[in-house]
Amino acid sequence: MAAPLTLVLILAVTIRAVLFRSSLAELISERVEVVSPLNAWKRVVEGLALLDLGVSPYSGDVFHETPLVIYLFHFVVDYADIVFMIVDGITAVALYLAVQDYNKNVFRKQKFALEAERYPHDCLELMRSPKEMHYIPLKVAMFYLLNPFTILSCVAKSTCGLNNAVVAIFILSTLKGSALLSAIFLALATYQSIYPLTLFAPGLLFLLQRLYIPVNPCRSSFWLFTVQYAVMFVGSLLVIVCLSFFLLGSWDFIPSVYGFILSVPDLTPNIGLFWYFFAEMFEHFRFFFICVFQINVFFYTIPLSVKLKEHPVFLIFMQIAIISIFKSYPTVGDMALYMAFLPVWNHLYRFLRNIFLVSCVLLACTALFPVLWHLWIYAGSANSNFYYAITLLFNVGQILLVSDYFYAYLRREHHLSQGLYLRRKDGSEATLVLK
Amino acid sequence: MAALGCKWDALFVLALASLMLSCKGDDLKKSNDYTESVSGGEQSNPHAVKADDLQQNEADGHEGEERDGGGRQWQPTGVWMGEGPEHGETFTAPPSKDQFQEEMVLRPLHSGDIYASFQFRTQWDTDFLHDGNKASHYRLFPKSLGQVLSKFSVRELHISFTQGYWRTMQWGQPFIPSPPGAELWVWFHHTVMDVDENWKELTNVLSGIFCASLNFIDSTNTVEPSASFKPLGLGNATDHRFLRYATLPREIVCTENLTPWKKLLPCGSKAGLAVLMKSEKLFHSSFHSQAVHIRPICKDWQCTSTSWELRQTLNVVFDLYTSGQGKKEWSLFKMFSRTLTEACPLASSSKVYVDVTDNKGGELFDLTPASPLVSTAVVLGDRRTYSVYDLTKKETFGQLRSLNPLLRWKRESDEMLRPLLHAERYVSGFGLQTGEIHTCIYNNHPYRAYPVLLLDTVPWYLRLYVHTLTVTSKMHENKPSYIHYQPSKDRVRPHLLEMLVQLPPHSVTEVTVQFERALLKWTEYTPDPNHGFYVGSSVISALVPSIVAMDTNSTHERPLFSSFFPTKEESSYFMRVYTEPLLVNLPTPDFSMPYNVICLTCTVVAVGYGSFYNLLTRTFQVDEPSTPLAKRLANVIRRLRGVPLL
Repeated sequence: MAAPLTLVLILAVTIRAVLFRSSLAELISERVEVVSPLNAWKRVVEGLALLDLGVSPYSGDVFHETPLVIYLFHFVVDYADIVFMIVDGITAVALYLAVQDYNKNVFRKQKFALEAERYPHDCLELMRSPKEMHYIPLKVAMFYLLNPFTILSCVAKSTCGLNNAVVAIFILSTLKGSALLSAIFLALATYQSIYPLTLFAPGLLFLLQRLYIPVNPCRSSFWLFTVQYAVMFVGSLLVIVCLSFFLLGSWDFIPSVYGFILSVPDLTPNIGLFWYFFAEMFEHFRFFFICVFQINVFFYTIPLSVKLKEHPVFLIFMQIAIISIFKSYPTVGDMALYMAFLPVWNHLYRFLRNIFLVSCVLLACTALFPVLWHLWIYAGSANSNFYYAITLLFNVGQILLVSDYFYAYLRREHHLSQGLYLRRKDGSEATLVLK
Repeated sequence: MAALGCKWDALFVLALASLMLSCKGDDLKKSNDYTESVSGGEQSNPHAVKADDLQQNEADGHEGEERDGGGRQWQPTGVWMGEGPEHGETFTAPPSKDQFQEEMVLRPLHSGDIYASFQFRTQWDTDFLHDGNKASHYRLFPKSLGQVLSKFSVRELHISFTQGYWRTMQWGQPFIPSPPGAELWVWFHHTVMDVDENWKELTNVLSGIFCASLNFIDSTNTVEPSASFKPLGLGNATDHRFLRYATLPREIVCTENLTPWKKLLPCGSKAGLAVLMKSEKLFHSSFHSQAVHIRPICKDWQCTSTSWELRQTLNVVFDLYTSGQGKKEWSLFKMFSRTLTEACPLASSSKVYVDVTDNKGGELFDLTPASPLVSTAVVLGDRRTYSVYDLTKKETFGQLRSLNPLLRWKRESDEMLRPLLHAERYVSGFGLQTGEIHTCIYNNHPYRAYPVLLLDTVPWYLRLYVHTLTVTSKMHENKPSYIHYQPSKDRVRPHLLEMLVQLPPHSVTEVTVQFERALLKWTEYTPDPNHGFYVGSSVISALVPSIVAMDTNSTHERPLFSSFFPTKEESSYFMRVYTEPLLVNLPTPDFSMPYNVICLTCTVVAVGYGSFYNLLTRTFQVDEPSTPLAKRLANVIRRLRGVPLL
C-alpha cells in the first residue's frame, strides 16, 4: 500500500515543482480565490520585511499571521516552496493513515454488528466490503494532493496549507486515540485560525467512544474525561499563546490576528459570503450582522454533536465543511481539506440526491470566478455584482453538497436500523420523508 | 476724520515731548508703549465687547484697522516717511512691538509665463508660549491667529493652499514650494500633553479661519515625519512626536479661501501690494498658491529674546497664452488689472522686485519705468539681480501717481534652465487589483552627488508592500541609507515612508513600490468614486549644491583668497520639491444595491441554516398517505351522528 502512496506523492510534488518554476506561480499567488488577506504569502514576506526594518509586523494592517508562523518562515523563507510541498505531503499522509485507521474501525464494528445480527436482513447490500474499502485511504490522499484547489493553494504558498496540515494531524492523533497529541494539535489549529475550536466536540466524542465511555452527563467518568481533555486543550493553547508573547514581546498579535478574523475589516473579495455583505452593510447594523455571521459558524456544533454523537468522524467532516463555507476569509485551500474526505463517504453515493447538479454548479463557478474577476477588475465591463453572484452560487453549491452528504449519512443510518426496503402499513412500497 | 487726525497729532507731540524730556530708555519705552496702547485701544474698543467668535472678531478687527489706516493716510505721510530718517536713531532705539513688511517679486519665466510672488511679513516681539504670558493686545498681528497660537501651544505653523501644479522643469524653483491642494504642518510646544487632540481642534479652527476643508484632516491623513519637516524657526526640536503633517490633495482653492487670507493683512486689500489681489485675475492663472507661515525667530542677532514672525505668501504664475494673449509683454495691469499707487501705510518697507538677471545690458527685454535701484542676492543657490521699486518713496510712482512696471521682450530667450533637482511620480500597472508607484528623482548636477529625503504618505486603502520597495539609479540598486516606515492601519492611519537616498551626479533615481487596492465599505467612497482617490504629493527635501558654488572659476568677481573653499552659506541650499499628487482608481461595489445584497446573502445563509435545521430536527419516517379532506369531513359528521367511521 505504501508504493501507490509514494507514487501519488511523487506525482503531486512534480506537478507543484513544475508550477513553481513556471510563470503561472506569480499569477496564481495574486488570485483572490486562492489567497486571502489572512494567508497570502505576499503578506508573510511583508511581515518578514517589517521585522527586518525593526517595525513590529502587527503595527500595520497587512500582516495577520500568527507569531509562530512568522518565526517558522523567518528561518525557512528561502525554502518556502519545499516547505509548502512537504506540508501538503504531511497532510496527505496524515489523512491517509487516519482514514486507514478509521476504515479498520468501521469494518470491525460492522463485523461485530453482523455477528450480533443487529442489522435488518435486507441491509446486506449496504454492508461495506474490505475490497471496496481498501483503496479509500489512497483515494483520500489523491483527493487531497491532486485536487486542483490544493495545488493552486500550494503554488500560491498560501499558509492555508499549514492550517490544513495541523487539522489533519489533529484528526490522525485523535483517530489513533492519543488524547494529549489531539489536544495539542487542536490547540495549534485553534491558535492558527480560531474556527477549529468547533472540532473540540468531535475530538472529545471520538476519544470517549474509543475509551468506551458513554456520553452520559450523569456519569462521572464522562465528566472526568471531558475535563481532562479540556484542560489539556486549554493548557496547550495557553502555552502556545504565551510562547508567541515571549517570541514577540507584546500582545499586539491578538487584535491583529483574532480581531482581524472576527471583525472582518478587510473587504478584499474572496469566495466567501462576508466581503460584499459587509461592504454594502449599513454602518449601524454592521456589528449586529458580524455577530450573527460569526455565531453562525459556531452555532451548528452543538446540534450536530447531539445528532452525530455516535459518528464523530462524520462530525469532523461536517464541521470542517461548515467552517470552510462560513468562515470570514475562506479560500479554495480550505475547501480542499473537506473535499479530501469525500472518498470516505463513497458508500453514501446511492443516497445522494443532487450530486450531479452540485458538481456541475461547483465546476461552473470555479471556471467563472476568474472570468468574472477579469471582467470586473481588468476589463471594466462588469461590476462587482457579477463576481458576487458567483460567490453566492458557489456557496449555495457547497451548502447543498454538505447537506446532501449529511442527508445521505442519516438516511443510511436509518436504513441500517429499519431495513432498506420499507413497506407501508398496506404493504405497498414506502417512501421515506423527513418529519 | 479730522478729529481722528488731531488725535494722532496730539499723540505724536506727546511722544516727541517725552522723548525730549527724558533721556532714560526705560521711560522712553514706557511712553512709547503708552502711545501704542492708546492707539490700540482706540482700534479695538468698538469690538472688544463682542463675543469670542474668532471669525467675527477678526473681521471687525480689520474693519477697525482699515479705518485706522485711512486715518493715517489722511495724515500727511511726510510726518512718518519724510521725518523718519531724521529721527531714525531715536525711534528705533525703543523698537516698536511689531512691524510689517511687504514685498513682491516678478520673475519672467523661460516659458514666457510670469511668476509673481508676494510676501508679507509681520514680526511681533512677544512670547505667548511662556508661562501665562497671554497676549491680549493685538496691533498688526492678526488676533485670530494669535489666539490660535496661544490656545493650542503652537510653536510653528505652516499652511498652504495651492491650485495647480508647479512645473519645475519649465519654471525653475518657486521661492516657497507647496503641493497641490492644502498642506498643513505644525510643530507643537513640547509642553503639550495630548498632541492629537490639539491637532484635531487646531485643524477645525483653521478650517473656520481659512474657509477650507481642513476639518477633513484626521488621523487617516496625518503623519509624523521623522526627518523631512524640521522646524524652520527657533528651537532645534527633534522630537517628531510634536510634529503633525497632513495634506489634502483634493482641496480646491478659490475666492473663499483668498478673502480670509487677505483679511489677515494689516492693510487688508485696501492699500499696498494687496490691492493687486483681485480674485478674478488671480484665479485665472496656471498656478496659484497662498500660504501662511508662522514661526518664532530671534529678535536680534544675539537672540536674547524671541519674536513671532508671520509670513503670508502668495505665488501666482500667469500663463503666456491665457492671461498674456500670447504676447511676451507683461505689466502689472495686464496681470492683475490694477496698478500700484501707494504702499501700505503700516508697512515699514514695501518693495517690488523685478528679476532682471537674464536681462544683462537690457538685451532680452525692456523694463519701464526703469528703476535706479538694483539689488543682488543669492536666491536658491543662484546669484540674481533685481530691479527694485521702493513703494515708500514718492518718486517711485512718478507723474501718473501709479506704478505699473512693464516688461517688453525684444527677442526670444534661448537658454533653457535645468533645475538641479526635480521629481515626477506616476502609477503603473493596469486593472484595479494592484499597482506600482514610481517616483523618479532627477539630479542634474554634472558632478556632485547629494542625498535627498523622500517622504511618501499613502492612504491606507492603497496597501503598500514595503518588501517590494526598490531604489535604482543608473541601472544599479541604490540602497537607501535610512528608511523610516510606518505601516498603515485600516481606517486609522496612513502609510508613512521616509528614506534618505543618495543621488549620483547626473542621474535619474527611480523609487518603486507596489501596492494593492482595497475594496472599501460603500459609505467610505467619495460621492464620485469613479473619479478616483488622490494620493498626496511626495516631498523631496534636499540640500542642493548651489549654482554659485558650481562656478569654481568665478575669480573675476571675488578676490582670489576668498574663493578656494566654497563658503558654507553659498555651497548648498535647502530645497523642497513636491511631486504630482496621484489619482488612483479603486474597485467599487455597486452602490445601488445594499438591500439586495443583504437579502441575497442572508438567503444563502438561510439556505444553509434551513437545510441543516431540517436534517437535525426531523427524523426519517415512512410517508403514509394522509386521508383526503372529504373523507375526514365525512368522518367528523359521522362521529357526531354516532355512525361508524368510514
